[in-house]
Amino acid sequence: MTAGATTGAGVGAGARRIDGVPKVTGAYVYGSDLRTENMLWGATVRSPHPSARIVGIDVSHALGSPGVRAVLTADDLPGRRTIGLEFCDQPVLADDVVRYAGEPVAIVAAETAAQARVAADAVEVEYELLPAVVDMEEALRGDSPHVHDFGNVLRHIHIVHGDLETARADVWVDGYYETAMQDQAALGPEAGLALPGHEGGVDIYAVTQWLHVDRQQMAPCLGLPEEHVRLTAAGVGGAFGSREDLHMQLHAALLALRTRRPVKMTYGREESFHGHVHRHPSRIWIRYGATHDGRIVAADVRLLLDGGAYASSSPAVVGNASTFAAGPYEIPNVRIEGTVVYTNNPPCGAMRGFGAPQVCFAYESAMDALADRLGLDPVELRLRNALRTGSVLPTGQVITGTAPVREVIERCRAVPLPPAEDTVGRDPISYPGGAGHVSRGESLRRGVGFAVGFKNVAYSEGFDDAAEATVTLRPAPNGPVAVVRTAAVDYGQGLYTVLAQIVRSELGVEEVVFEPASTESGSAGSTSASRQTTMTGGAVLAACRELKAALDGGPATLPISRTHVFHHRPTTGFDADGQGDIHVSFSFAAERAVVEVDTELGLARVVEIAAVQDAGRVINPLGAEGQVEGGTAMGLGLALTEQVSLDGGVIRNPSFTDYLIPTILDVPPIVTEFVEEPEPGAPYGLKGIGEVATVAATPAIVAALRAATGRTLNRVPVTPDDLVGIRPPAATDGRAPVPAVSGQEAIPEALGLGLGQQQLMKAREP
Amino acid sequence: MIIHANVNGSIQELDVPPAASLLAILRDSLGLTGAKNACEQGECGACTVWLDGAPVCSCLVAAVQADGAAVRTVESVAGGDVLHPVQEAFLDSGAVQCGFCTPGLVVAAVDLLEHDPNPDEETIREGLAGNLCRCTGYRKVVDAVRLASERSS
Repeated sequence: MTAGATTGAGVGAGARRIDGVPKVTGAYVYGSDLRTENMLWGATVRSPHPSARIVGIDVSHALGSPGVRAVLTADDLPGRRTIGLEFCDQPVLADDVVRYAGEPVAIVAAETAAQARVAADAVEVEYELLPAVVDMEEALRGDSPHVHDFGNVLRHIHIVHGDLETARADVWVDGYYETAMQDQAALGPEAGLALPGHEGGVDIYAVTQWLHVDRQQMAPCLGLPEEHVRLTAAGVGGAFGSREDLHMQLHAALLALRTRRPVKMTYGREESFHGHVHRHPSRIWIRYGATHDGRIVAADVRLLLDGGAYASSSPAVVGNASTFAAGPYEIPNVRIEGTVVYTNNPPCGAMRGFGAPQVCFAYESAMDALADRLGLDPVELRLRNALRTGSVLPTGQVITGTAPVREVIERCRAVPLPPAEDTVGRDPISYPGGAGHVSRGESLRRGVGFAVGFKNVAYSEGFDDAAEATVTLRPAPNGPVAVVRTAAVDYGQGLYTVLAQIVRSELGVEEVVFEPASTESGSAGSTSASRQTTMTGGAVLAACRELKAALDGGPATLPISRTHVFHHRPTTGFDADGQGDIHVSFSFAAERAVVEVDTELGLARVVEIAAVQDAGRVINPLGAEGQVEGGTAMGLGLALTEQVSLDGGVIRNPSFTDYLIPTILDVPPIVTEFVEEPEPGAPYGLKGIGEVATVAATPAIVAALRAATGRTLNRVPVTPDDLVGIRPPAATDGRAPVPAVSGQEAIPEALGLGLGQQQLMKAREP
Repeated sequence: MIIHANVNGSIQELDVPPAASLLAILRDSLGLTGAKNACEQGECGACTVWLDGAPVCSCLVAAVQADGAAVRTVESVAGGDVLHPVQEAFLDSGAVQCGFCTPGLVVAAVDLLEHDPNPDEETIREGLAGNLCRCTGYRKVVDAVRLASERSS
């Protein structure tokens, strides 16, 4: 147990959260807590159909509904009609057709939340149903309905390295794996407040991960110059990728500008499931070839992701997933074909791991199958093939930074196993299934599973996601106070706490305060991709050192300020063979799961997880452990319970009653350790660690379930029916065909249908 | 209808719509936004408050049920600027990340320790099983309750 965190901690010490006191007293203001005088409430009308033409919309009853001040449809939009993180392919409000169940069609503002909801229900939309494609393999077929005019292939990645045809393997294993759609399920809902401002502009306080890209998408749709659209981060109750895309921000701003009154919008839990992107469901075919002595010589992977109805960040997700698809191993001959398709399912996009969890489940499952075939210990097989500094990846990228893969594996293996438990006569709460368990432990089997995962840190493929920060030293009665100004959003992971630790260590001040994160500062990039401690941490560190140099240079009068824009090293895109210097750096993790399964009832309990994380250098041990433990819990959810269930494209379980995130009884004690090998070029040698525990946890748990049951288990989440063998393993008719597209770009980009995020950011530069 | 409730020690007269939940009244009429709305189905515990001394999901309690009752919210747990030992332990143990579940967990943990000052790990986990947290993986929440218990004994 780590305890005794201090408020004034510097780098390396356990620090209390800088925003902790208001969070434990209930005073912290989240987006859903915002209110102001004379405020209206907004509500959204959403399509119940996954694919339909809008024949007509009658808003007359809604307009006549009590308390209503505005009803807006696509015809009322003052500017550009589409949004999107990478391509503007998603209507602000559906115009002509709807492409998924849950798509916004109209928005309403009224005096109370209840009146807004009643009015939204009174908007009459006449739909003509169209054929829907809700299966990712069907979407690839020539006779499939087209979700967008240009077809259903959103992006295809083709990576060839070495020569598969001439690879000499003694043993081959083939595997097919499926992962479900997962929901981020942040407890804090999408919420915010928009206020009409001066010069016809608008101020928005909302839950978000990247203020500047919100604004970049919003301003053209509002018909306003960017400087008239001012965003400030409201308190964010978790995100995990779900706040990367716009949700209510633009709708509330449209209603505020129309009514000239402040408009608040808050999604309930059901609407939240419809109002943000999810983790892509995947189907993965993987083939490993190895020599008798356990050297992997070939990997051949076909990867298919369901992107849903709109692009969101799918092109980047499939890029990521493809580069990691052969695993954290040195393999001389590799072919990877990765496709993300459009379907009429709800859009998928960013979620913790960003494409890495799906492929990790496949390659680590296949590694266990290979170890079994070779008669080798699975951990030993991983050690023999593990990446290291200097290794060449399937993209041809040489790992120049640290890659302590063997170290995380060996440290994880060395964690003592939890003692065996008696199977009979225990407190019933300790049996799989808890108090609902009906046996006396006669059929309990314990299993142990192991997995290694990896994930890139910061944005890839040539994206220069720079971060700006300003540090100011102000005079104060008890010594100078440091004021940090950044547009980076801390949505709970503890960014501001580590930034304060950096400032304290560098400037020797006790008190560090933060200005609100807003678009009035330069972009800090997204709080995603495990990047902010490196990027904004790097900017704050450099600004502090510039301040120190100025102060060391002679007498200076306070206040004194320095601003720094931090860039990571440049990367490149993919060439025609999928080769390139794609990623900035990598973070690795090994996890070992111990499970107990009642093999007759199909109930499982995770007994313990050992997690060893490559961290470069730990800035706040307490926060770092929290990332690993929380990330592991999210991977546990995907392994055992979490699945957005779709029926014909419609979400059937949009609630915490039916979508099951792990409770405190489901998540076992987690033993967390860090390997600290400083990463060259990174501030303090640190690495982002927010995601990779999630990546490794799922396959480790499923490996343990296989060990306990002897079953194939090629699909997550694993259900009780899978564990008792009532449901057969996921079957396939063979690999999905490789689509006939040329080039590695996303298809809308190749067709000139819209600029990507990077081009848009570049276009903004003077 | 008009109800009278003792909220955090002061008697409130409130005009509540028949369908309103206690959570809605606390948040929207009284501005006590410490209790959170995260699921509105009694699954997540983020809206936990005490109703006549018993912890309840305030989203599942009709506001009219609070007529004549004593309601205590997370806002009453600290004594002015002095945090409750459970709140201190949550901060010292790293049990807070995004914090959206924290008010509910603090109420549940305070209630648990009021009834059992020295709970073992299984008792802690059972006692907090009605509170979902998406950030922490719960280990540090267990640590926090244990720490608060140790400091009080």
